[in-house]
Amino acid sequence: MAANPMTQFEVYRIGPEIKIGSFDISFTNASLFMVISSLAILIIFNLGSKKNSLIPSKVQLLAELSYSFVSKMISDTAGSKAKPYFAFIFSLFMFVLFCNMFGMIPYTFTVTSHIIVTFVLASFIFIGVTIIGFIKHGFGYLKLFVPSGVPIVLLPLIIIIEIISYLSRPISLSVRLFANMMAGHTMMKVFGGFVISLGIVGGWLPLSFSVALTGLEILVAFLQAYVFAILTCIYLNDALNLHH
Amino acid sequence: MIKKYFVYLIFFNLFFLKEVFAAESAGMPQLNPEFWISQIFWLTLTFGILYIVLSKLILPKISANLELRRSQIQENIEAADKQRKESETKLKEYEEIILKSKLNAKKIFKETREKALKDINLKKDSLDDQINEEIKKAEAEINALKKNAPEKINKIAIEASSEILKNLIGTEINNSSISAMVNDLSKRNGSKYYDN
Repeated sequence: MAANPMTQFEVYRIGPEIKIGSFDISFTNASLFMVISSLAILIIFNLGSKKNSLIPSKVQLLAELSYSFVSKMISDTAGSKAKPYFAFIFSLFMFVLFCNMFGMIPYTFTVTSHIIVTFVLASFIFIGVTIIGFIKHGFGYLKLFVPSGVPIVLLPLIIIIEIISYLSRPISLSVRLFANMMAGHTMMKVFGGFVISLGIVGGWLPLSFSVALTGLEILVAFLQAYVFAILTCIYLNDALNLHH
Repeated sequence: MIKKYFVYLIFFNLFFLKEVFAAESAGMPQLNPEFWISQIFWLTLTFGILYIVLSKLILPKISANLELRRSQIQENIEAADKQRKESETKLKEYEEIILKSKLNAKKIFKETREKALKDINLKKDSLDDQINEEIKKAEAEINALKKNAPEKINKIAIEASSEILKNLIGTEINNSSISAMVNDLSKRNGSKYYDN
């Protein structure tokens, strides 16, 4: 029998148990990969911004290309008003991307495959965007729930739907990333298990499938980070430039 | 107990708790709230540090680098443009100078040529005049010589004939008869000797 494909998502304590009050904040494998991802981002971008040469080095090019990539993404979706939030969206994109990518290395832990992590990020974005919207537009921000050009008869229904869709934003945002990462990793584990159980005779088929899946999962890892960041930009755009 | 309530509060108020935890026991470690607080804490800590360091230290540097490069490239392009324009004007000036000097050279050439031709003609004319004069003079001399020639020749002929006759005969012969004969001969055959 193959190993349980879900064991890869198990969180376990590394080192001693740390408690603040009754809260357990022990350092776990999840924490370890959060720290590794953050450190990797900081090291790469620090190296990439240290020396400014007219013809950039490889690391510098990497840093500058990601900078302009995120910058273009924000200005395309949320306009120039979103410039103060650039640093946040950049860190968010990089953090999710690096967590996803580190998860692609065998025997590592994928931070973003845990609903609590993505949910905290998504609800932080949701709450932040809502606060920004109310600060910028006051109670006028509630007009977001009243689309223009809707017949009066349908209005109550539409408003309810809009409110539900707005409130489900953090859930959809977090579940999208979490489910994608979890499903991908589970599937890879399952196919990896098939390789073992089918042995040298029949194991080649799931093995080749597994290799193909790895490529797909790397794509998904990037795509989900991108989607996470771009949806944040779109929510921010709603808050900054009220369209309805 | 507080921890458990906190967990319920933050996420599962809206959900059916029993079913969720059933899923956890069925094999989804994500739904085991044991380490949720720890994950939230470490996420906040790492992401917070990441955000602060990126926004305060690294991103401004990258942005400055990009801006600097852009301005540098812009400056270089502008400088190159300026130099190109300068060289174009210089080239134009150069061509103008060349054209002018060519025209000048042509003019000078023409002038000198005309002058030289004029000089040559003048000299030629004067030389011609001189030559004509000399020719005239020489012709006059020749003519004079020609005129005097028959008389002298006659005299020589007379003297020579008288001498020859004296040697042949041994006596003096009257000169007048010889001169008459010579004159007569020269008159008859003069045109044969001097008609050239």
